[in-house]
Amino acid sequence: MRLKALLCLIVFIASFPPALAGTSVNSRSRTDGGDRDLARHILNRLAYGPRPGDIDRVAAMGVDAYIEQQLDPTAMPMPEPLQGLIERSPALNLTPAQLFLKYGKQTVMAAQGIAPNGKRTGQKADARTIAEREELQKKIRENFRLMYGQITDARLMRAVYSPRQLEEVMTEFWFNHFNISFDKGLDHLWTGAYEQTAIRPHALGRFRDLLDSTSHHAAMQFYLDNWQNTGDGARKRGKFAGINENYARELMELHTMGVDGGYSQADVVSLARILTGHGMQNRQSVRRNGFSTGLESPTGYFFDAGRHDNSDKLFLGRTIKGQGAKELEEALDILAAHPSTARFVSYKLAQYFVSDEPDSKLVDSVAATYKKSGGDIKAMLRVIFKSSQFLDKSNKGAKFKTPYRFMISSLRATNATIANTKPLLGFLRMQGMPLYQCLTPDGYKYTEKAWLNPGGLLQRIDFASALGSGHFRAARPRELEAGTIADIVGVRSGSTTMSTVDGAPPELSVALLLGSPEFMKY
Amino acid sequence: MKRRDFLRASALASLSAIYPGFYPGLSGWTYSSGKDSPGSKKLVVIFLRGAADGLNVVIPYGDPAYYSARPTIAVTRPGETDGALDLDGHFGLHPQLEPLLKYWQDGSLAFVHCSGSPDPTRSHFDAQDYMESGCPGQKVVSSGWLNRLLTVLPSTRSSIRAINVGSTMPRILQGPVSVASFAPARAGRPSVVDRPFISSAFERMYAARQDSLGVAFREGMDSHRTLKSKFDQEMTAANKGAPQAANFKGFGLQVGKLFGEDRTTQVAFVALGGWDTHVNQGAGKGQLANHLGVLGKGLADLARGLGPQYRDTVILVVSEFGRTVSENGNGGTDHGHGNVMFVMGGGIKGGKVYGQWQGLSKGKLFEGRDLPVTTDFRSVIGQAAHEHMSIATADLGKILPDFQLTDRSVSAIFGA
Repeated sequence: MRLKALLCLIVFIASFPPALAGTSVNSRSRTDGGDRDLARHILNRLAYGPRPGDIDRVAAMGVDAYIEQQLDPTAMPMPEPLQGLIERSPALNLTPAQLFLKYGKQTVMAAQGIAPNGKRTGQKADARTIAEREELQKKIRENFRLMYGQITDARLMRAVYSPRQLEEVMTEFWFNHFNISFDKGLDHLWTGAYEQTAIRPHALGRFRDLLDSTSHHAAMQFYLDNWQNTGDGARKRGKFAGINENYARELMELHTMGVDGGYSQADVVSLARILTGHGMQNRQSVRRNGFSTGLESPTGYFFDAGRHDNSDKLFLGRTIKGQGAKELEEALDILAAHPSTARFVSYKLAQYFVSDEPDSKLVDSVAATYKKSGGDIKAMLRVIFKSSQFLDKSNKGAKFKTPYRFMISSLRATNATIANTKPLLGFLRMQGMPLYQCLTPDGYKYTEKAWLNPGGLLQRIDFASALGSGHFRAARPRELEAGTIADIVGVRSGSTTMSTVDGAPPELSVALLLGSPEFMKY
Repeated sequence: MKRRDFLRASALASLSAIYPGFYPGLSGWTYSSGKDSPGSKKLVVIFLRGAADGLNVVIPYGDPAYYSARPTIAVTRPGETDGALDLDGHFGLHPQLEPLLKYWQDGSLAFVHCSGSPDPTRSHFDAQDYMESGCPGQKVVSSGWLNRLLTVLPSTRSSIRAINVGSTMPRILQGPVSVASFAPARAGRPSVVDRPFISSAFERMYAARQDSLGVAFREGMDSHRTLKSKFDQEMTAANKGAPQAANFKGFGLQVGKLFGEDRTTQVAFVALGGWDTHVNQGAGKGQLANHLGVLGKGLADLARGLGPQYRDTVILVVSEFGRTVSENGNGGTDHGHGNVMFVMGGGIKGGKVYGQWQGLSKGKLFEGRDLPVTTDFRSVIGQAAHEHMSIATADLGKILPDFQLTDRSVSAIFGA
């Protein structure tokens, strides 16, 4: 049923004029090649590549105007069907507590009269019949599929059809920077809510706010095990019985300072102690604070003062006084203001937008802007987009696409209607980049070295051939005019690619263009 | 003419027609006979990503300190419920590794305890990089030691001298020698490039490029054709109920078969994830036990699948670092230092736990909390390369730069 609804929706979304809502397309005729080359470059990097007509529109309005428009996403209305899809998605809109109560394994079990410990009221667990067990497993699997379907539909539809392309590109970036995985236990319930409330609203905001929103979300607390991190002297309860260093280490190594940022094992232990007691809502927290309070936490976060180590800590050369939850704010302030953080985040942004090995002068100037602006992401992006390194001719078409970008850009180029996202997700899985399923906290890499390999390249060619020849039932191109696609791909006349396409039967043109070496890059 | 050879020949013809000039990708295209050729010794590396808890893999059950450090996650003594399997009166094997016991008993399985990288990092990602580049502490080395090993081995003139199981190329196999990657479940699946007309169009577009894309395309076509012909034969077996290679267990069988049939493949690499057990790792049963169960079965399948080739093969199982000796507050362990390595193969002198075990008293631990590294992982790799693969001492520096093979304490494993 979901697929049918999706199909109708997608046809509807796709029938909207591509991108750039709110822009009046003036009647200027095709501008000169330089402007169009620049427009293509900007669309390749700030968006997931051009849709038919985009290059002319951006060239006509001017790239500066386009950049400013993209930096202010909320001023661009979302197409109604896409907005509807997002608003109707429980996985994106319910709170972690609501999701747990509605779709959690224990709820499924309770519906069959089975207590959380696996025992049926008044019965032994193994008194259940095999049929009952299978039924239970089936229901649990259904909920997994339901959650995964909702969050991936929303993400893929937004990436392909949203006019707020830079917001999408930056949401991908920050989700990956503060990675969590659908595959880790309870996070299958919370991945969508995490992106929607902890990542997306700050994708073009301030870095410090991202530190706050991610550390105060149940999904991150669960993913990096901090919800169990308990002060050594604190009241012990079962598995809540001592320090767990996992989140503390990754918060410095991956989220802020970088592995060579200048912290010691002692700093990891101090931060772990600061993080004790920070966690997520649970039966105890709800019991202690009342049920309604529990449900109202929009992020599922909960601080358990009873498990916090309230002694003073020496962290990165500073003394942080024992003061409960507020210690974390102080620690995050220190981390956000640290020069290593400015540099680490700037390097990653420059690598994402400009080059696998970004010029250190560029990284310096982005880092300087980070410091000056207090981690203002828009200000940093403006520096990148106006930099000579970004605009340099040699930089155009120089980055190798990730599997995700390759797939999304091909769907955009052909203005495809998506009937079924499952084969698309299967392609990403086969390529080694399953959506929302990077298990390790370092996230996916954005370099050619990580993704270019012989087997993977052939799989891309298979995908391109299926899509471009109209044999891919999951997504049907609506734009099959070879000239338009060649223009989006940026194939030069007189190139080997162009002459190969010209020499092939017309029904193969689009397949060849989407599988061409040029389209592997952006 | 066998089908595989025909495919190779036709692929060669079509590429040459389009791009008659020399390029390196073609140098290994001559027909290989499948007979024993120089460099027929094999090496399989299995990487446990996430830092496997070596103390719960090869368990010092004879040391009371082990039990006091791990009140809830210690594996019980041999003979007790879910207890360790005795190895030598002091160490025991995790019960889920039971399929490996017979290899221990026949002397083809050894362990090196307190081994690992001398670099003290507790970052997974740095430590994995170091272990794969073979250059601890150096971040500028981009190639992997397993690829560099191939550069000093006699070439078998095969298009698949190295096999990577997985969809992305790991650091350890990056470098000048081309590597065939296959996701086990997909190997040899049909592709549009099997249709000559389409493949020739793509070949034309990519042949024009001398960059990384052109190279990747040519290597991809080459190994696709070779693997396809191999797996065409596998498919018939699969139809008779042989397990699909969708998991490590299947991988063991398939790589075993590939190695067994094709003596030109020299190295293989597999990475297994899920070992970062900060929470609830369990003891004789549980999370870690489940992963070890898969590993144990896979290794046994691999050994069986290799058949007579098992005697020419060394299998190394490594992980980036070990975990804290004491359990943490949540029934798990945090990032540590020294760990245990597995060495397996028909020609080794196993049945022994190698390495210098110094006990678990605090004064003997690294930074007072972790197993120390008393055997550099490069000593094991270096010995394997030198003794097993017959690589000259002079060439070892190409595989492991800045490393002198002076620690001979583990050389007995390889019969030296």
